Order: sequence, then C-alpha cells, then structure tokens
Amino acid sequence: MADVEKGLSSRRRSTIARGRRGGRRRKNLNSIPYLVFTFSDFQLFFEHAFDFQSTYCLGISEEEDMNVMKYLRGEAANLEVLQDKKLKGQLALREDLYGKSAKAAAKAEKWLMPSEGGYLEAEGIERTWNIKQETIAREVDLLGSRNQYDIILPDLGPYTLDFTPSGRYMTVAGRKGHMAIVDMKNMNLIKEFQVRETVRDVVFLHNEMFFAAAQKKYTYIYDRNGTELHCLKEHGAALKLQFLNKHFLLASINKFGQLHYQDVTTGEMVGNFRTGLGRSNVMQVNPFNSVVAVGHSGGTISMWKPTSSAPLVKMLCHHGPVTALAFHSNGHLMATAGMDRKIKLWDLRKFEVLQTLPGHTKTMNFSQKGLLATATGSFVQILRDFSGSQNYSRYMSHSIAKGYQIQKLAFRPYEDVLGIGHSMGWSSILIPGSGEPNFDSWVANPFETSKQRKEREVHSLLDKLPPETIMLNPTKIGSVKPTRKKEKPAKQEIEAELEGAVEAAKKASFKKKTKGRSKPSKVAKKKKEAVYKAKKPFLEQEAKGEGLSKKKRKNIEEENQLPRSLQRFARKRQAN
Amino acid sequence: MKVKVISRSTDEFTRERSQDLQRVFRNFDPNLRSQEKAVEYVRALNAAKLDKIFARPFIGAMDGHIDAVSCMAKNPSHLKGIFSGSMDGDIRLWDLASRRTVCQFSGHQGAVRGLTVSTDGRVLVSCGTDSTVRLWNVPVSSIMESNDSSNNSAKPLAVYVWKHAFWAVDHQWDGDLFATAGAQVDIWDHNRSQPVNSFEWGKDTAISVRFNPGEPNILATSASDRSITIFDLRLASPARKIIMRTKTNSIAWNPMEPMNFTAANEDCNCYSYDSRKLDEARCVHKDHVSAVMDIDYSPTGREFVTGSYDRTVRIFQYNGGHSREVYHTKRMQRVFCVKFSCDASYVISGSDDTNLRLWKAKASEQLGVLLPRERKKHEYLEAVKNRYKHLPEVKRIVRHRHLPRAIYKAASLRRIMSEAERKKEERRRAHSAPGSIPKEALRKRRIIEEVE
Repeated sequence: MADVEKGLSSRRRSTIARGRRGGRRRKNLNSIPYLVFTFSDFQLFFEHAFDFQSTYCLGISEEEDMNVMKYLRGEAANLEVLQDKKLKGQLALREDLYGKSAKAAAKAEKWLMPSEGGYLEAEGIERTWNIKQETIAREVDLLGSRNQYDIILPDLGPYTLDFTPSGRYMTVAGRKGHMAIVDMKNMNLIKEFQVRETVRDVVFLHNEMFFAAAQKKYTYIYDRNGTELHCLKEHGAALKLQFLNKHFLLASINKFGQLHYQDVTTGEMVGNFRTGLGRSNVMQVNPFNSVVAVGHSGGTISMWKPTSSAPLVKMLCHHGPVTALAFHSNGHLMATAGMDRKIKLWDLRKFEVLQTLPGHTKTMNFSQKGLLATATGSFVQILRDFSGSQNYSRYMSHSIAKGYQIQKLAFRPYEDVLGIGHSMGWSSILIPGSGEPNFDSWVANPFETSKQRKEREVHSLLDKLPPETIMLNPTKIGSVKPTRKKEKPAKQEIEAELEGAVEAAKKASFKKKTKGRSKPSKVAKKKKEAVYKAKKPFLEQEAKGEGLSKKKRKNIEEENQLPRSLQRFARKRQAN
Repeated sequence: MKVKVISRSTDEFTRERSQDLQRVFRNFDPNLRSQEKAVEYVRALNAAKLDKIFARPFIGAMDGHIDAVSCMAKNPSHLKGIFSGSMDGDIRLWDLASRRTVCQFSGHQGAVRGLTVSTDGRVLVSCGTDSTVRLWNVPVSSIMESNDSSNNSAKPLAVYVWKHAFWAVDHQWDGDLFATAGAQVDIWDHNRSQPVNSFEWGKDTAISVRFNPGEPNILATSASDRSITIFDLRLASPARKIIMRTKTNSIAWNPMEPMNFTAANEDCNCYSYDSRKLDEARCVHKDHVSAVMDIDYSPTGREFVTGSYDRTVRIFQYNGGHSREVYHTKRMQRVFCVKFSCDASYVISGSDDTNLRLWKAKASEQLGVLLPRERKKHEYLEAVKNRYKHLPEVKRIVRHRHLPRAIYKAASLRRIMSEAERKKEERRRAHSAPGSIPKEALRKRRIIEEVE
C-alpha cells in the first residue's frame, strides 16, 4: 500500500474525462484519418523525390511537441523508486496512456481549434502603445469594430460590470442604483431597472439567469427579469462580491471586514469569518483553486477558504493600503497594486515578487491570454508578457475622456475586448490578442441556446464541488500523503557526533584570567566541566530511552509507573 | 501596423437549420478547466453512489419444480436456454428471456444429480441416484421460440442402467465422451450402454467431475475422501491427486486459462489451483460463512460465481481474495447450484426452495440497448471510479454491502475465530524454540498431501 501511495502522490495532475473526453476526441478524429492517410501515403510516395518534405514534417513535429507539453499537465511520476513490480507495470502502462492521449489532443488541435488569436504588430518606428483605438477600428472587420463603443450615462455612475464566463452577457450597475443586463452578441438590453439605493458591486451567479448585487444595507439576488429573489441579510453591507462557479458559493466582504460564504443552491452559510484586518473592498477569487484573496489597508493580502477560520496565507505586499488585485488564470501569477505607487507581480508557488512596476491603479484584470489591464483616473494601460518569462511591459494604452474616473476593468472572455466601467457610463475597447480564440462548447459556449443552458445547469449542479475541495494546491486531491518516517540517526552516527562534541570541548581555549583563575588545576577543571556539558545532551537522550529498543523502553516506563517500593520486582521480572 | 481581433459571425458557429445538430467546438486546453481533479473526484463519488442506487441485481425467480433444484446445465449453443434437475427426478428446460418452462424431461425415478449438454447442443445427458444415465434430445430452438404454453415433454433417446448411483456428470468440451462420477469415475460414449472406461482411486465416492476446457482428455474430480483427482483419459491410471482437510463440493476450470481450476470447498473457502502445481493454492477466496456448494466460471475467465449453504450467491474475481458481490433474498434457501450465463452478463442460481433465480452479473448494470452516448458515459464513470477507488470515501461506498443479520453475525464470528487462532499460533511460536513451528501459508495449510 505504501508503494501505491507513493505512486499516486507523485502522479501529475489528472486529465479530466479520460473516458468521455477521450471518446469524443476519437469521434472528432473520425473524419481525420482519411486526411492523414492520404497525406502519409503521399509522403511515402514523394519521400525520395522531394527533400523538403522531411524538413516540413520536422517543423510540424516540433510544434506538436510544444502542444503535447501543454496537455501532459506536468511531470510524469518517477517509477524508478518503486519497489512493487506489479504497481510499476501498471503505472508505466498508465503513463504510456497519458502520453498517447496528450499526443492525440495535440494532433487534434489543428483541426479542432480553427480560429487564430488576435494580434497587433507595429511596423517601422510605430509603437504598439501609440496606436489609437480609432486606427484599430479602421483596420479591423465590421464585426470587430462593433465592439468599440462608449455608453454615456452621466447621472447614476460610476459603473461596475461583470461578464458571464462565456462572455456573452454583461451586467452593469451604477453606484446610484441603476442595474442592467446586456446581451453582448447583438447588443440587446435584456433588462434595466433602478433600485434607488447604493449598489457597490454586482456579480453573475452560475449563468446569466441570476445575478447578485451588493446594495446599501443588504445583498440581493435578482433574476434576469429584474425580480428580486432573495435578500441576503446575513452578508450585511457587502462591499465586494465574488461567485465561485464550481462550488456555487457566493463570497462577500462587508464593511466590517467580515468574509461570508453562502451556498446559493441550498442557502446554507458555509463560512463566516472575521478577517480582523479592517474594512476592505479589494477581493478576488483565484480561478485556479477558488481561494479568495482579500487586500487590506495595512498592505497585507490574506487568502481564505470556506472551511478554515484562519487565513491560508497572509502576505505583506505593499507599504500602505492595497488598491487592486488580480489573478492569472493559470493560478501561478498574482498582480497587486498599492497606494505606494507600485504594481507587483507575484509568483504564487514561491510567494515571491517577480516584477515591480511603478504606477497607481484602482482596478486590475488579467485576460485569458495573460494580458494585464491597469487603470488610473481616465487612463488605461495594458501590459503584456512578450517573452513568455513573466516579464510584463507596455503593450497598449488608452485614455477615455478627461475627467472620467475608471471604476472597473474587465476583459470579456473569448473576445479581444476590454470593458471599462467609469463614472460616466461604460465603454468597450479592442485589445487584440487578449481573448482565447477557441471556446469549448462544454466549458463556456458564447452561442449557447436556452436548451443547452438548462442542460449545463443540471450538469454543473451534479458536478458541484464541496467546499472542502478549495485548497492552495488543488492538484493534491486524489494523491495520498506519503508516510514520512522520521530519520533516526544510526548508533555510530550518534557516537561520532558525541566524540566530535567532546573533542571540540577539549580543544576550546580559555581566556587568560587574573587572580589565579587560570591556574592549571582550574583550567583542567573547566575543561572537564566543558566536556561534561558537551556529553550531557547525549547522555540524557540515551537515558530517555531513545537509543533503546521498544521493548526495553516499555519496561522502563512500566518500572517508572510503579511505586518506588515495587520497582525492584519489576526489574526482577525483566531479568527473568 | 498589422492588426486582427477575434470576430465570430453567428452563422459560422451555429447550425443553419433547426433540424441540424447543434455545432460543438472543443478546446482541450487545461487552463480552461480549473480544478480538474476535484471535479473528477466528485464525479467518481457520485458514480459510486449512483451505482449503489441502481444496484438491483435480482431479475426474477423461475418456479415450477416441486422439490429442491439439485443441478443445472447451460446449453453452449443456445443462449436463452437452461436445464435444471430437481431432487424429485424432474428435469426442465427454461427460457431465460420469458422465465418459463419450455420443456419437461420426465423419467428419473430418484433425484437428478447431474446434467450436462453435448458441445453441439443437441444431446442432454442426465444422471441420478436411480443409477441410470439418460440421454435426451434437446428440442430445436423453434420450439423455444413458439409461444404456446402447453408443456412439451420429451422421451429419452437412451437409458443406460449401471451398477451404482451417480453424483455428477460432465461432457467433454470437444468430443463425444462424457464422464459420470459415482462409486467410480466412468467414461461413456453416447452410443454405448456401458462405460468405455472406468477409473478408481481409493474406495470413496466421487462427487463432482469437470472436463478441462482446453485439453479434452483431462478431467478433474473431487471425492468424498476430501481428495481432488486429475485424470487423463489417455493414461490407464489417474494422473495425480491432492487430499485436503475438507471435502471439495465442486470444481470449475477457468475457460480462459485452462490449466487453472477453482475448487469449492466445504470449509467455506474456494481454492484456485494450478493443475501443474498442486502443492499450493494460487489463491484462497474467502467470504462465505458456510460450505460452498457449487461454482461456475464466467466465460471471460475473469470471475466466477459460487453458491453456498449459507443462502448466498457470491461473485469473485479469479484472483481476488474476497468477493466482489453478494446476492441474497429473504426467500432464497440453501443454494445447491449456480451458473454463469454464456454471455457473462447473468447469473442463475438454483436453491432448496425449488426456485431458479436469475441475477445480473453486474448489480447496477443497465439492461437493454445502450445508446453510444450512454455507453460512453458509463465507461467514463467506470474509469473515474477506478481512478479514485483508493480514496476513503469512494472506497467505503463501493465496498459496502448489506448482509442478512445471520450472515453478518456468522462472518464476524468467523473473523474472531480466525483471529484467535492466529494469535494462539503466534504465541505458540513465540514461546517455542525458533524454527520449531514453521509458518505455513493458508494456501498450503489446507492441503494434507499430494499424491502422484
């Protein structure tokens, strides 16, 4: 069993849906074999005639290798250390399968993912950050340019906004009580209404049918017709809301710095924690592991899970209050901004700063492809990691009309669009290369029909994760903690150590002292004392029985438990 | 400046007509799916629970006999038919699909103890305590299909009277011979009224006989002197035998690994042997709490079914020490015979309460035609369950079986007894000279001797 544990624990993160997905993959490939066949036949046929063929193939295989790495999900288990031959064989077989499935996925990518991502390339002395939105709008196709607009609503701002995971729907909320849901595909206003009180934040629940709004006193849940469904009084005056998609948990932080987790399917309050670090309106869910991070006015960021009342992590990120927080979708990268005019990028595996950039920002957001949007006042700047080594630098910038204060930035998923909520309404600008070009119909489908939505709702409820699955490293699930044996030093080692200590004590030189304190006899005595001192811990340990066998130790313990008068009998029995 | 942004026209990504299928796009990027492992784990857990919910293995009982069912035989050339013989001398052919008697074969004066069907499926051989062997014509399948409920009865092809009562019969897998077990082991030909060959080793009665599925000339018998004997028809004398501590009630060869057989023993266990190496069992299958009466291998060779005197039917993996499944009902009494169906998806048990019972081999399997999507879903759930089977919650749900109180009590009592025995042995070993009491594996302990 120990071997099984070891094997499992070293297993890399799993591939979902070996059966179903694998099956589908195969199905989709069904149309391909013809292509492949003809191609390989041709290849055989022309192999001698055309030399370039081989070089061409090499290019393809390199590209594929890159893709295979992506699908392998980390390192393979180290099978060399296993002693159980049977298990080793089984795991080797499984490794082989993983490799094959990754390869199949990489191969299928070419056919399954037809769309290419957006891009923006400067020519000559042009710089990408100097390119204006108007210029981009002139160059892109009509559909793309339609995503560039400003909605001016001067009365009820500033506005905050949120997108559904598919990017199809957007909900916006003005500070003074104006709320709306918009279908972004055809720019239909689905519903718009006013609640006539402060609205601090708004967030979609699992689909576009429901959304939650943090209002003046309580948090409310509305459906898409604007009907108030629930008033969540327990949350209090929430400042910020977040929805944990896979767990169906609504997380909120209120005026008193209390963090609430409520299960929206059952209404059960799963967690209610005092952060104890004061009022905060900076909260963000890490999409990789569903851990909620809260930025505090003391410059610390604390990370929470619903099953423990103490934070998982508390890290000091800034001198002065934290103003914004964002997570990269791969879960390893966090961006924080503080009042100390710094934007920091953190590696969440080591909790180390990767990069520090100067600048204020009130709101931040990572796009699906890893672009980072920051905003100060009416100025938006997009940072990009050009080299792939997490070194962010300027990519694009944009200024909205002077005097508008940006409240919220949100990239629209699966589109090259950045939504900006500001004091005079909301705007949308084009950021080429920000969105994932290929969506997965079973994960988030921008073209979802109502029937598919209903189906997905049922499926996501069946796969609803319990709150216990939220942890810093979610790939740990299914692996077993290896039994850690305390390394016991060998007897010889202990003796060697003892000797070393004694030698060191003997060699120690003494200070020359006056008034007869350095007499040879005194020095000898001191030396003896030092040697005794060095030996003492070893002797004590031995007396404690650490060096003794289990049985002997047990005997000694028994002896000690007896009253003194009876101890000699115990010793006698032992002798027998 | 070169620029491009993502633009999706609705036409490209949706179906053209309402009759079309919805278009599906895939992207297997791991970054789009966070917390994969947690999702998989939850699915495995749900699959395990669903399996428990849908575990309805009992399909139906077939009643008609007026005495205990003593033996059964499956027809190798006809999937739906099964023969059963009872203690009052009645033999019936059942249609498993409609669960009713198709044909009755009457003639035996005493209990029918053995039934077997020839490889081509045309001849049924029965034998019993009335010292007769009877050969019957198996009705053609058109009769099986016909819906008239009038009970057909058949006349025997031949009746061979012999010197002693019979306890079992088995037909060669590939050939014309069949063997009967009684006071001696006799080899018969279809057309001769006397055995063509007889074997005897020791004085005791042979109680079961089975031909080897791979090598037609080899057969294994068990006798009431606690022995298991392997005969070779090409030799004049028996090949080899072992004597165990308790009697073996029945034997089944593994059809996929024909050198291996499993013996159903009186001491509640089943022992899998390699016939080339009889000095120790390959595996001991424990779980029954009373004598195992009958055993039959699945045609896949991966599992076998056992029926026991403790009123349960269990299914074991061919290499598993404990049962995968246990079937019981309130009304089922001592089980005397069990059979795996020829398509490995059903189990039939015959018991003291005169009924044959039809069970599913996989308790939660969905019967009927499966759509490809359903099948894929089942396969996927099976895969995730297999992947997370070591996690405590999944393991607990998958392992749990409800047992009747009597069996539960008996099992815990047996556990206590074996534990006590083990402890006693351990103490004895600790207090005697080292090496004087050697440790003996359970696989060897129950074997007294091996005779060549």
